[in-house]
Amino acid sequence: MPSHMGKIVLGRRSLENSHELDTYLNSGGYEGLRKALSMNPEDVVAQVIESNILGRGGAGFEAGRKWSMLKKATRRYLVINGDESEPATFKDHFLIENDPNQLVEGTIIAAYAIGASRAFIFLRGEFALGLERVQEAINSAYKIGALGRNIFGSTFSLDVVLHPGAGAYICGEETALLESLEGKRGFPRIKPPYFPAVIGLYGEPTIVNNVETVSNLPWIVTNGGGAFRALGEGRSTGTRIFALSGQVKNPGLYELEMVKTTFRDLIFSEELGGGLRDGRTLKAVIPGGVSAPWIAPEQIDLALGQDEVAKAGSMLGSGSIIVMDDSTCMVRAAWRISRFFMRESCGQCTPCREGSSWIEKVMARIEAGAGREEDLDLLMDLCDNIVPGVSWPPAQTTICVLGPSIPSSVAVGIRMFRDEFLTHIKEGGCPFD
Amino acid sequence: MGRFKQQILTEALEIVKLYPEAKSATIPLCHLAQSVDGYLTKDAIDHIAELTGTTPAEVYGTASFYDMIQLHPVGRYVIGVCTNIACMLQGGYELLEEAEGTFGAAVGETSPDGLFTVEEVECLATCDRAPCLHVNYRYFGPLNAEGVAKLKEDLIGGQLESKVPVHGVLSRVKRQTPELIPMDEVDNLRASEDASKAERTSAQGGSNA
Repeated sequence: MPSHMGKIVLGRRSLENSHELDTYLNSGGYEGLRKALSMNPEDVVAQVIESNILGRGGAGFEAGRKWSMLKKATRRYLVINGDESEPATFKDHFLIENDPNQLVEGTIIAAYAIGASRAFIFLRGEFALGLERVQEAINSAYKIGALGRNIFGSTFSLDVVLHPGAGAYICGEETALLESLEGKRGFPRIKPPYFPAVIGLYGEPTIVNNVETVSNLPWIVTNGGGAFRALGEGRSTGTRIFALSGQVKNPGLYELEMVKTTFRDLIFSEELGGGLRDGRTLKAVIPGGVSAPWIAPEQIDLALGQDEVAKAGSMLGSGSIIVMDDSTCMVRAAWRISRFFMRESCGQCTPCREGSSWIEKVMARIEAGAGREEDLDLLMDLCDNIVPGVSWPPAQTTICVLGPSIPSSVAVGIRMFRDEFLTHIKEGGCPFD
Repeated sequence: MGRFKQQILTEALEIVKLYPEAKSATIPLCHLAQSVDGYLTKDAIDHIAELTGTTPAEVYGTASFYDMIQLHPVGRYVIGVCTNIACMLQGGYELLEEAEGTFGAAVGETSPDGLFTVEEVECLATCDRAPCLHVNYRYFGPLNAEGVAKLKEDLIGGQLESKVPVHGVLSRVKRQTPELIPMDEVDNLRASEDASKAERTSAQGGSNA
């Protein structure tokens, strides 16, 4: 068993009714907040800086450093990003439904540390059960004195408001999320300012933190930033939830110490992914969300760490890992990803709106057997129009990073599986049908 | 139908009070309207505009951006089948075809009996249960052909009434807390906390975060 597997943020996973307040209080719940309130807010920030926890939403920015960038102002907000929509990412969904009290406690700790005037928990609208459970957890927090005026007898007072989204991938982008929370279309804001910490919700300085990030805070405060930092390696400290899906025997969530496990262990180890279905061989792995370039079978000894995966030319992103075996048509896989971006582009920027739609059309005709040989060059040209040079990490031609995320699966698909694309074109159909 | 009736109106007014700016309540109020009608009626748009101090055009502008806000009538149950990559690898498109046949509606359409609307949706963040679908945003998976048939039977037979409410992701979300602390009061609290923090850091002579 890998060390610290499932011990921190998924620590209550095996408990019955883990979402209920009694279970939470009987398993160390709200000890972190009590300890935080006995400290000065700046000392709580110092512990989180010491832990070096990287934001778990996808970009991987140091959470403590993000807090330190908050512009001075009397009114400032905390917004929790629970809009988990990155394909094959399902860790926040689990935390929201199964440990909502931990999420609420983490939110209060973060609000105390930064002195938030009010905190909003933005949940993806589709998480109907999650919305019920987080609201119950908020109600419970008020009942036991963890929210409202003079929390646990201290001088600190706070309100937390739950806010439902309404179905739009783009709202995971933090400035689009703030627009949505203001009651508008989810259009990402023009940068600069680069960070809502300067101008955020209602024009006030705002910190946006991911669900998994704040769910770690009760443990970090209780055990100290140093205890978290002692786990993992280099910049990737602590544990992290990896969401394993696709053609693997045991898809699911695995909380593992950062860097100490490889893709191979996660996919093939008996106590983790359990390997592929009988008789199948590995074809490719998509790490970190569908924006990430694919990883080839010969690269899977790579460690699950932020910088380690970045150095190999991809990204750990949201910590989701999709396994594809030799029964998968890579043209179809790349097409479906391009279709996703086409559907979710907000439409503000031309390279993204038009590019995603044209790439999807060309990919669809290749998959349907109506492609032409010159389509491969055409696709690369379209990719180049969105991301000049089709570089990685991608160059930015659009307001947000959705646009630059579009080319990677198509470009890497053509690079890794050019023959398969050509077979579709030459044979006039999909060889996997 | 259309404008909010008394009980829903009370809930709507409570929701508006949760935000420093009323417009923020737009999306929650759209969900609330859908819990009554299944979709956002013209009257509801007008009423939401009144409640949030905006115009019907602004409400429509916001609502039309989001997949979950229905601008046309839907069946009693909206079935959303995921075909995104993780589900596709496990048979998401086969599940979609099965759902269309079993529920008697093509994607984007409603069955003639008005019971089922079928949609093709993006990742539902339930990928360890692929292929999956939602019924009024309650999740089911992994599902095969028999699973879909059983699901339909249970929905019609009423066996899933406690699990699957009729529309509206907020229909069971009830905030039961004291009134929010007025923002002016919070501003004063934070100003004095910031002053004590400044004293502490200057006493230390440091530049602590």
